[in-house]
Amino acid sequence: MSRRTTGLAIEAVGLTRSFGETRALAGLDLQVPAGAVYGVLGPNGAGKTTAVRVLATLLRPDGGQARVFGHDVVAEADAVRARVSLTGQYASVDEDLTGTENLILLGRLLGLRKPAAQQRAEQLLAAFGLTEAAGRQVKKYSGGMRRRIDIAASILNTPDLLFLDEPTTGLDPRSRNQVWEIIRAVVSHGTTVLLTTQYLDEADKLASRIAVVDHGRVIAEGTPGELKSSVGSGTVHLRLRDAGQRPEAERVLVAALSVPVQLEADPVAMTARVGGDGSDLDAAAQAARALGELSRAGIVVDDFSLGQPSLDEVFLALTDHPAVATEDERDDELEAAR
Amino acid sequence: MSSDTATSTGRAPTVYVPSSEALATVLAPGARPTRPSPLSASLTFSWRALLKIKHVPEQLFDVTAFPIIMVLMFTYLFGGALADSPRDYLQFFLPGIMVTSVVMITMYTGIGLNTDIEKGVFDRFRTLPVWRPAALVGMIVGDVLRYVLAALVILTVGLVLGFRPDGGVLGVLAGIGLLVVFSFAFSWVWTFFGLILRSEKSVMGVSMMVLFPLTFLSNVFVDPSTMPGWLQAFVKANPITHLVSSVRAAMAGTTDASAMMWIMLWSVVFVVVFGTLTMYRYNRR
Repeated sequence: MSRRTTGLAIEAVGLTRSFGETRALAGLDLQVPAGAVYGVLGPNGAGKTTAVRVLATLLRPDGGQARVFGHDVVAEADAVRARVSLTGQYASVDEDLTGTENLILLGRLLGLRKPAAQQRAEQLLAAFGLTEAAGRQVKKYSGGMRRRIDIAASILNTPDLLFLDEPTTGLDPRSRNQVWEIIRAVVSHGTTVLLTTQYLDEADKLASRIAVVDHGRVIAEGTPGELKSSVGSGTVHLRLRDAGQRPEAERVLVAALSVPVQLEADPVAMTARVGGDGSDLDAAAQAARALGELSRAGIVVDDFSLGQPSLDEVFLALTDHPAVATEDERDDELEAAR
Repeated sequence: MSSDTATSTGRAPTVYVPSSEALATVLAPGARPTRPSPLSASLTFSWRALLKIKHVPEQLFDVTAFPIIMVLMFTYLFGGALADSPRDYLQFFLPGIMVTSVVMITMYTGIGLNTDIEKGVFDRFRTLPVWRPAALVGMIVGDVLRYVLAALVILTVGLVLGFRPDGGVLGVLAGIGLLVVFSFAFSWVWTFFGLILRSEKSVMGVSMMVLFPLTFLSNVFVDPSTMPGWLQAFVKANPITHLVSSVRAAMAGTTDASAMMWIMLWSVVFVVVFGTLTMYRYNRR
């Protein structure tokens, strides 16, 4: 048993991969420390899925090198396969088979004898709340149940590294929370998790480090806090009681903070970036001054908060384009990845 | 399948709350089992093929209804014209239509593989540390059962219609055996196409384009001596012709040594060439 929880789980240098005209990976570098959740964040079509498929030995890179726990993903693919599991964007279990059959099948393929495979399947189904659905075909499962059986299949042999490719895409909030809980449990037992997501709050909540990926390369890397502070230290969110006072409030804020103020779609809400360059006050002092000025001007503020910028804002600042891609780009990547 | 759906009705869905204790039990790293042997892994994959037949019995349609229709249709269509009666024609024709039907069914191997890949389950299989060809070997072994079933269905229909093979039980079994060996080898052509083509439809299209000329331009339906010279040349080189000759001989209680040798040669070539190409593509995707 060699459960490595120190050192690097993944080390990738200059990975490239093209599909015809599409350059899915354009020199991707990645260093994933073992023993934590590492988030790979990016819009659809950024190359996340291609990166995961290369690292999980499903796809060969055109150029560059990648090692997983020190094993080259091309030359020593089998050694890598022995230590990783993948839960892809698609159901990576057989939809025609029942939950139990799927887990027994995979257990047998990993070398368990039939009784042991049966026992392991029951244990996993119970832990993932699927005992009642055990005898049902997976295609009759709900989205959340499908995700769970998928993850259960991935931890049949507790892997040293688990790839989760957009595990919560398309799930309702409750199922999403369940998956998060499972991911936390998996990591707390020493498995490294590489999580790709296009949900910025998801990476923020789960990952201890994040790589922001765009157009096939990493454009920023660090802890969630580092990424946010690289953009500016804070954002003031305000909600006024009276929407009619908003133009006046905007004037006051611009005068007090000398920063642009953004009006939200909600007619009583507005935000302002504080603590950036060009001010001799820190974010909290600036915010306090803004609040004082508003109250002096007779503007009633119902809700006020000072927070770090959201990762959405981080993405916008890093890429000069928002974290959304067209459906076409997404289809390109999905198509290309197969 | 009623038992599959019974659990989903008449009960309020319970909300799953992940429990850290339960998860801790399953996450505790146990001893890693040893990697299964190539044979064991392949058999596990063929078990999967059997389970799929159990859950989706409709897929047996192509190995039951289709062969029956083929036998009935051609026996009565050509029987009167090409021989004195359908019954006479059947003595010549049955081994041929058996070969045609089973060889046509081999294309579902490619379609099945393509569908599996489309659904993503092969991603899981390909990340497992098992003998690489196991998933495909297991799949084809599962298909071999379907070939046997189709052959038996055709034999039964033939016997009912008056087919009386001189080779007896042993001769018929030998004939089916030859057919199954060849079909196993031939299936590797379709695994290759199943891997390189983009959709189920294109696999189907290519299969048809290959299978129709291969089965019809042979000695299945008529004696090739009436054909023009260039066509005879093709028919003589066609592996289906050799297969039909050797199956016909076996069922008639004789042996066609040269045809048999050709069949073995073709089978080896299919496995070596297309098996290698298939594995190359499978590893490279």
